[in-house]
Amino acid sequence: MGITIMQSAPPSEGTGQIGCKIPDETYQQDEGEHGSPGLAEAVINGDRITAVKLTQEDMDSGVSACDLLQKGLIAGMEVVGREFKVSEFYVPEVLVAPKAMKGSMEILHPHLADAKIRGIAKVAIGTVRGNLHDIRKDPVAMMVEGAGFGVMDLVVVAMSALLTTTMPSMKNTLEVFRKAGMRDQVKVRIGGAPVTQDYEDSIGAERYTPDAASAVDAAKELVAA
Amino acid sequence: MLVVGELINSTRKRIQPAVDNRDVAFLQDLARQQGEAGSHYIDCNAATVGIEREPDTLKWLVQIVQEVVDLPCAIDSPNAGAMLAALEVHKGKPMINSITAEKEKMDQLLPVIKQTECKVIGLCMGDGGMPQTLEDRLRNASILVDALSGAGVAAADIYLDPLVFPVSTDPSYGRLVLDGIHELHTRFPGVQAVCGLSNVSYGLPQRKWVNRAFMVLTMGAGLDAVIVDPLDASLMALVSATDALLGADEFCMNYLTAARGGKFDNLQ
Repeated sequence: MGITIMQSAPPSEGTGQIGCKIPDETYQQDEGEHGSPGLAEAVINGDRITAVKLTQEDMDSGVSACDLLQKGLIAGMEVVGREFKVSEFYVPEVLVAPKAMKGSMEILHPHLADAKIRGIAKVAIGTVRGNLHDIRKDPVAMMVEGAGFGVMDLVVVAMSALLTTTMPSMKNTLEVFRKAGMRDQVKVRIGGAPVTQDYEDSIGAERYTPDAASAVDAAKELVAA
Repeated sequence: MLVVGELINSTRKRIQPAVDNRDVAFLQDLARQQGEAGSHYIDCNAATVGIEREPDTLKWLVQIVQEVVDLPCAIDSPNAGAMLAALEVHKGKPMINSITAEKEKMDQLLPVIKQTECKVIGLCMGDGGMPQTLEDRLRNASILVDALSGAGVAAADIYLDPLVFPVSTDPSYGRLVLDGIHELHTRFPGVQAVCGLSNVSYGLPQRKWVNRAFMVLTMGAGLDAVIVDPLDASLMALVSATDALLGADEFCMNYLTAARGGKFDNLQ
């Protein structure tokens, strides 16, 4: 069982307020804000070099780290997510965009910590035991990460099973949380080719979504609930 | 090249309802088409009906498939119970799809394999989770070869799958399989290499081009058998041409027969 704990947003030193609201509106080309559209574009294109260069330039010329995160990086990732959802973007593009984002985050990180900005929540993600591979997990991880999830307030567990034979591992995982007395501390999202809404109902997870982009929506809804 | 037609697999969205509703006409048509396209084995998978119903369903599936094609089946299930049920009715020498080097899986399936004259697909994965490196795969391969030989399976009936991961998620995954095929043959002489081809193109558009290119590359690397969609006529044409180029088609007779039979006409 491969587990990736994502920590895209900086660790919280704050008061519990979400300092940097994740935008519901996605990035628009004509927004006209200095720096951010170009940065979003670099993220969308998976162009790490340009993303880093623009981030540094914009920081130097006084654009706030919060704006760069919100209107540049996260807005860019939202476009990637939307395009992936409608099959205009493909897996490699979903995997390369967060790499560009990470380059920028390294620059923004200390400034965001100053501003007491924090991520929404931490998500634990894995593919269940016995699964053939984690190809469905990785895009989910990247997308959820790109949407700004990070700090440990509440855990969303996202599980993927590619084969029908590994689906029972999802049920077993829920059982482990139950036995550990942690079931009410986690929200569980499941997905993967053979997984259905019916199955989610039968094992009592919180949410089923069919793909990576909808997993992000689910994660947002689950932490808001 | 030994071709396993992969289409009758209940985890595919269009097949699941046909298996659920026992749509004999639809499934038999698919079996017939795959046979005519040049499959040597027809894969049968009924896993989505659930573990309780799988034995009966898989048994039924094998029966209706063999009613219309004179071919053996690749019996595709991780469950010994379902496997046994299907083997009861199977005609010819079946291919067991599949075993892994996981202890639990071997404990279940080896007794079944021991009492059956069969070919076996062994996935090079084990208890340590998904293998990352080539060495991980070869370690699992070694466990499988020992266990299967111990169960009386001849080397020529052991088909090892080095595991194909999507090249969309890591550019090294294509090369890894090619190296894997080569290493399997080097370290385990007489053993066969097989792979589920189409995983390689997951996450990319126009997947057929990636699949076809990979088909030729893997054959060049020494692949002996492939689990694939045989209704991709262009892919099957490439298999035929590549067999001739690799000296696996004496005097190009199969190639010539395919050409005369119109197999290469109007391809896309």
